Amino acid sequence: MATSDSFVKFDKVDKSYDGEILVVKDLNVDIPKGEFLTMLGPSGSGKTTTLMMLAGFETPTSGEIYLEGEAINKIPPNKRGIGMVFQNYALFPHLTVNENLAFPLEVRKLNKSDIEEKVKKTLDMVELGDFGNRMPLQLSGGQQQRVALARSLVFEPRLVLMDEPLGALDKKLREQMQYEIKHIHERIGITVVYVTHDQSEALTMSNRIAVFNDGKIQQISSPDVLYEKPENAFVANFIGENNQLKGKVKSINGKNCVVTTDQGDDITSLKINVNSVGDRSTVSLRPERVEINSPDSNFENSFNAKVKELIYLGDHIRTRVEVCGNDQFIVKVPNSYKGANLKEGASVKLSWKASDSRALDLG
Amino acid sequence: MNDVTAGSILTTDGIPLKVSLKKSERRNKIRAFLLVAPLLVFILITFLIPIGDMLVRSVDDSYINTVFPKTFEKYKKWDRQDLPSEELYKTMFFEVKEGSGFSVGKATTRMNYAKSGWKSLLKKSKRKFKKIDEGPYKEQMIAIDKRWADIEYWKALGVMVDPTTAGYYLNAVDLKYDVNKEIVRQKENRRIYNHTWIKTFKVSLLVMFFCLILGYPISYLLSTLPLKYSNLLMICVLLPFWTSLLVRTVAWMVMLQQKGVFNNLLVTAHIIADENRFKLMYNETATIIVMTQILLPFMVLPLYSVMKTISPNYMRAALNLGASPLHAFWKVYMPNSVPGISAGCMLVFILAIGYYITPELVGGKDGQMIGNWIAYHLKTTLNWGLCAALGAILLGVMTVLYWVYNKLVGIENIKLG
Repeated sequence: MATSDSFVKFDKVDKSYDGEILVVKDLNVDIPKGEFLTMLGPSGSGKTTTLMMLAGFETPTSGEIYLEGEAINKIPPNKRGIGMVFQNYALFPHLTVNENLAFPLEVRKLNKSDIEEKVKKTLDMVELGDFGNRMPLQLSGGQQQRVALARSLVFEPRLVLMDEPLGALDKKLREQMQYEIKHIHERIGITVVYVTHDQSEALTMSNRIAVFNDGKIQQISSPDVLYEKPENAFVANFIGENNQLKGKVKSINGKNCVVTTDQGDDITSLKINVNSVGDRSTVSLRPERVEINSPDSNFENSFNAKVKELIYLGDHIRTRVEVCGNDQFIVKVPNSYKGANLKEGASVKLSWKASDSRALDLG
Repeated sequence: MNDVTAGSILTTDGIPLKVSLKKSERRNKIRAFLLVAPLLVFILITFLIPIGDMLVRSVDDSYINTVFPKTFEKYKKWDRQDLPSEELYKTMFFEVKEGSGFSVGKATTRMNYAKSGWKSLLKKSKRKFKKIDEGPYKEQMIAIDKRWADIEYWKALGVMVDPTTAGYYLNAVDLKYDVNKEIVRQKENRRIYNHTWIKTFKVSLLVMFFCLILGYPISYLLSTLPLKYSNLLMICVLLPFWTSLLVRTVAWMVMLQQKGVFNNLLVTAHIIADENRFKLMYNETATIIVMTQILLPFMVLPLYSVMKTISPNYMRAALNLGASPLHAFWKVYMPNSVPGISAGCMLVFILAIGYYITPELVGGKDGQMIGNWIAYHLKTTLNWGLCAALGAILLGVMTVLYWVYNKLVGIENIKLG
């Protein structure tokens, strides 16, 4: 049953540690060959447990995991042929960089010259060719990270797992490593399952992102879809910045619906995650999709608002306004002639399109 | 603002910065010194000075020279071929006759180490010398006891002429000076120390080995169990630690003796016949069993504290890279636990090599270690020179082992926590 679009398959997987709480609930994912899939979510959302089950360090309580069509629940981790980059790298501190890289090859009983060649080649790939004789602790965090990456790739595994590998690096190095990992993935075409709680990391690197919360995948789609078309309030809130207006569904009209806020303002939105008139709903919209004092009249939604706070951020002015009873509403105003006129306390007109506001569950 | 003048930086108050820094640092240094001063004095008085005294005592041979100063002065001129001249006999006669009973008595003990017989000879002579009032003395002394005419006795004094001696060290390894100050082996029936040294090392190594074998798995379990279980287990490990050494040792005597709990159980269960009871008490086996139990916590604690720091991810990574669990343990976990193994082994070995009370109580004749001989000479024969030499050799061996260990493993690889 090995098909091209299910290289890895989670089939109705549940996991519980204590018999009382399910940390992973009814997980069903198909990962095609060559994909970079990121599992994104807050801590305790079940993403690391899912990764550990795939690596073989945890067993599913029920359900089955398939790798290339083969059920792997009963295969011990050392026989799975899956590479893994651990949090804090787990480089063997008593071995040199070369010996660390040679470890999986020696276990596989390759001959000496092959081992040397592969170690050299892989170290060159992560640009650490000259560091083979160092001990891991003599390297900087970023270098250790690269060695860990090289070690997980050197034995040419079918699949590489990464458990928050960049968590211990500073911001600049982290961004640089994100691109490097992304490029290595593109170059060798290996399937990667990546776990992180950092959404910008996920957006930068992934083909697809699975957003985890409460043991469940909330949404799994490409980064742009995830950002532009979140399917529920958790995803909308977790990915990027987001304004939320709560209210009750007044009417449903094809793919649009009207949500009345508690103050009585009617917002026309896309009907995404509401079922019937009278449901409570959260309307979500991105701060950059809101216009201030627009002369254009093509907007379905237009409300008077009061400027509460202006924060100067160089390229744009972060403007906090009170609208529809929400005084935490953020608008990003580009730093152009329009922004210059704004003053705290001023009354402004906010407008946005129905297609940019999404009526979701209450969240 | 600091004033910067040519070359020297001043503080705000106008004092050169270096002076000011020294002043403020000095206070800290004094404070630090005062904090450690009580301990320093304590260690100096109770530890360093006694050790120094012991090392001196192990080579000191000057007492005898203070009892018979003139005799030894004359002795140095003697050719050591024929019997000494009348003059030497005379000097000896007066120093024995007029010396105080106590100091002569003490000197004879030392002389007896050089040649047995000296003690009784001088005891007898001192009594009889009182009746001799005038010379020539040589004939009268020989008349009192023929041993005065035996040149071997005179020669034996030569060993004691120098104020220092290696004699105690020789004795500690079953050697001695003969009367001509040649190093020879002790008589067959007096060779006890080499045998004891070997036994001491053997027992210490075995105890260390058994502690490691027993302690390693338990430490591993302790370090991997969740906290609530590992705490309970830790208490079980430490419980013997809090029980008196004597109580534990006596408990083992109850357990292991021939009519004890262990043998009775085996006999009752018909595993062994009544007449074939194991001899587990008052021998070397008992010493090893009981010392292993007593020293086990000293192995477990350093091992545990090191293992606690070994990330479980190392093992996971090794498995993930394709190693079998056994291979992963041997190539990844074990090497990372070496600092704990070294610390535990060093600790147990050092404690074991100088152990005294347990072998004394359960060791019988066969399970005695060097510590027991030190205690014996300290309390019974009062040969403190030999005690000091035995102790100094122990100290030396430990220093050498420590040095070798440092060369091989590196002392920074020891971790106690």
